[in-house]
Amino acid sequence: MINAQVVVVGGGPGGYAAAFLAADLGLKTAIVDPEANPGGVCVYRGCIPSKALLHVASLLGEARHAEAWGVSFGEPRIDLDKLRAFKDAVVKRLTSGTGLLAKSRKVQYLQGLAELVDPNTLRVKLNSGGEETVQFEHAILATGSVPVVPPALRLPGSGDPRVMDSTTALDLPDVPKSLLVVGGGYIGLELGSVYAALGSTVTVVEMTDGLLPGVDRDLVDVLSKRLKQTMKAVLLKTRVTQLKPEAAGVRVTFEGEQVSGELREQVFDRVLVAVGRRPNASVPGLDRTRVRLDERGFIVVNEQMRTDEPSIFAIGDVAGEPMLAHKASHEGRVAAEVIAGEKSAFAPRAIPAVVFTDPEIAWAGLTETQAQKAGRPVTIAKFPWAASGRALTLDRLDGLTKLVVDPSTERILGVGLVGPNAGELIAEGVLAIEMGANVTDLKLSIHPHPTLTETLMESAEVFFGQATHVYKPKRS
Amino acid sequence: MATDFNLPELGENIAAGDVLRVLVKAGDVVAKDQPILELETDKATIEVPSSVAGQVKEIKVKAGDKVKVGQTILSVEGGDGAAAPAPAKAAEPAAVKVPEPAPSAVPAPASVPPEAPRAVLPDREKVVDFSRGVRSVSAEPVSDGPAAPAAPSVRRMARELGVDIGEVAGTGDDGRISIEDVKAHAKRLVTMAKSAPVGGAAAGPLLAAEPLPDFSRWGSIERQPMRGVRRKTAEHLGAVWVSVPLVTQYDAADISGFEDVRKRYAKQTGESGAPLTVTALAIKIVAAALRKFPQFNVSLDMAAAEIIVKKYIHIGVAVDTDRGLLVPVIRDADSKSLLQVSSEVAELAAKARNRKLTLDEMQGATFSISNLGGIGGTNFTPLVNAPEVGILGISRARMEQVFRDGQFVARLMMPLALSYDHRAVDGADGARFLRWVAEVFEQPFLLSLEG
Repeated sequence: MINAQVVVVGGGPGGYAAAFLAADLGLKTAIVDPEANPGGVCVYRGCIPSKALLHVASLLGEARHAEAWGVSFGEPRIDLDKLRAFKDAVVKRLTSGTGLLAKSRKVQYLQGLAELVDPNTLRVKLNSGGEETVQFEHAILATGSVPVVPPALRLPGSGDPRVMDSTTALDLPDVPKSLLVVGGGYIGLELGSVYAALGSTVTVVEMTDGLLPGVDRDLVDVLSKRLKQTMKAVLLKTRVTQLKPEAAGVRVTFEGEQVSGELREQVFDRVLVAVGRRPNASVPGLDRTRVRLDERGFIVVNEQMRTDEPSIFAIGDVAGEPMLAHKASHEGRVAAEVIAGEKSAFAPRAIPAVVFTDPEIAWAGLTETQAQKAGRPVTIAKFPWAASGRALTLDRLDGLTKLVVDPSTERILGVGLVGPNAGELIAEGVLAIEMGANVTDLKLSIHPHPTLTETLMESAEVFFGQATHVYKPKRS
Repeated sequence: MATDFNLPELGENIAAGDVLRVLVKAGDVVAKDQPILELETDKATIEVPSSVAGQVKEIKVKAGDKVKVGQTILSVEGGDGAAAPAPAKAAEPAAVKVPEPAPSAVPAPASVPPEAPRAVLPDREKVVDFSRGVRSVSAEPVSDGPAAPAAPSVRRMARELGVDIGEVAGTGDDGRISIEDVKAHAKRLVTMAKSAPVGGAAAGPLLAAEPLPDFSRWGSIERQPMRGVRRKTAEHLGAVWVSVPLVTQYDAADISGFEDVRKRYAKQTGESGAPLTVTALAIKIVAAALRKFPQFNVSLDMAAAEIIVKKYIHIGVAVDTDRGLLVPVIRDADSKSLLQVSSEVAELAAKARNRKLTLDEMQGATFSISNLGGIGGTNFTPLVNAPEVGILGISRARMEQVFRDGQFVARLMMPLALSYDHRAVDGADGARFLRWVAEVFEQPFLLSLEG
């Protein structure tokens, strides 16, 4: 039997961040996870492998674009095995790194599946066979989320490998001639972009009236325009009613305004289902504790990430939206601090979100859409990248930077970006929001020239009607 | 299904108490309203009734624990599990929150979600626990007004010091809050808490206690927690001592006549009926005196510069118990007969000694009486029980030589001491009040005339 002050169930970016900090704070800590090393979905089957592939996708896009600049590489030849090996090497290197970090911190790593016996005991079915009992003072549930597959998209029997979820799509089985992506959220668009860059003709189908539901439309519009060039079709307000495997491919039946006549039924080589993820709270024995779930299946926690069972905490995707790795890590660190007796709480002002498409979309804090919904008055200041020297040198004029500002205090409540590297640029927005910076602070901070970061400074100048590169006097 | 029972609201200004006894044990079946806990609060021992029914699964407190309103006491299984409504304002007011050296983080009190989320399994659906709040799972940040302009490090410092960042005034540009602002705010809170008047009376700052020497250098010592009644008494009387300019007027009453009546009455009633006591008579006399001298039946609101004149006469009677001083209240003493008052005093004193007094029975006095005559002493200076402005102290009566009508006679004389808040009462009125009381003691029939 193992005695632990903290046991973390799930070794994803939330779980291992929690475990490592708990160990750093002097607590005897263990992690339970079925994989060989900490990393979770993010590192094994999510953020990291997809970004490795997206990097290659963007390279392919640039190479194609280079013809306009007088440089021709010719048609790219893609060695899929080698590409897969590169992606796998990235994953391997990262996970062995986290494994090593666990070891050096003396965090006990139990490879297996956990079951709660009672609020202070865990039974672990080890991958190596056998069982181990863990007596714990505190547990942190970091069991993450799993892809949702609606019943209509489930194939009878054990399924057809041609119908993929995000995990199998990342395995890169082949480059299908035609691919249907079901779901216009960030996962579908990112993976769809990868396959499009590799040479598939990609169709995206989305049930609602726009891609990336919930994201400010002016940002999405920029992406949509570009996707029209790289994708075969984007079908909005359309649903998939049936999937039928045939010898020639998967026959898909659509329903919606944009699909009439023969378009109602189409055959695709592969279908990627990426309609969303749901919290994975199916920890056996959870019913032996006082842990509660909300109506959507998330574990209910308070600001300290504590569940209704005082010895049990929950963090990450299983503990609420947004389902993002960096949110999970932050929550994990809060839980570890609380367990160590610190007065910590999860109280961020801004959680950045990034869609790693081309162009990237990123936002943090209050969005314009949220402000409108809440009826909260805000002032929006936008700086179009067409006026940025750096964007011109990249030959990418379609980007946009915008600030969501509190009109009375002039404090920055939210930042939205679309364009190459938006995911990197958003970090400054997060800092501004967390620090309670106002528009003047951003305006008066010197930004390096020529970079895309200047668009943040210039959007602050736009707020005052004084942007150097935009003539748009403020109306009084 | 398991249902938690949390300590409900107990009454005004009671946020916590010390557990004296737990009246049930795990495995017991409890009914609604069954007393499950004996709690010592500021002055009363309260039996806390259960608001849940079922079999006790787990008891989370033990005798000696300090429990707060909203804290989980026990959980029951089975039964209908319907729990009492959430004590929504379970937490202590944030404004007077001072840093606590809590060893582990206490779950932040928060409002109960409008819809109770679904439980893990159907048989857990009725789990009700109000003690912990639920963080909104929405990703939407700041939607309820502007957040305090403070960096994450500053917000963390505030959390660690137990300061509500929303209450801190920032000194930076645009009211931005610095770490120094948070520290200064915390310091102010601590100072305020130290000098805060305990009884609600206006008070000046308490003098800071001098550091204590190491007493164990001179012999063995034991440190005991100052709990319940003792702590409350210490805080309250400390605040009274520094805030009330106190004057004591002494006098003595000839109670020879009353003593004869008392003995005759005792012979008549025998064991039955409440004994006629000096305390009961004193209550009646003081009640009449308060009608005649209404300036003794007031409280002062210094902040508002107002005198609160009470149109009712409730007399507090100090009772010595093994737990310390308790002061039950005889309501509307002016309109009750001497015998009524007598039996009520006996009843309340018994309750006080048996720890059965309710808080309600100890609140609302307009004037107090402390009779130490049963113990002895020639006289003493009582301390007013602020916000009351007067108290009558009574010491043991004894035979004295009194010069009367040209000769010395032996009379039974009872020492009286009237302490009053000099802010409310002038010295001459104090002397008049006590003289009047002494005269009525000598001739109790005057009471009926004063009626």
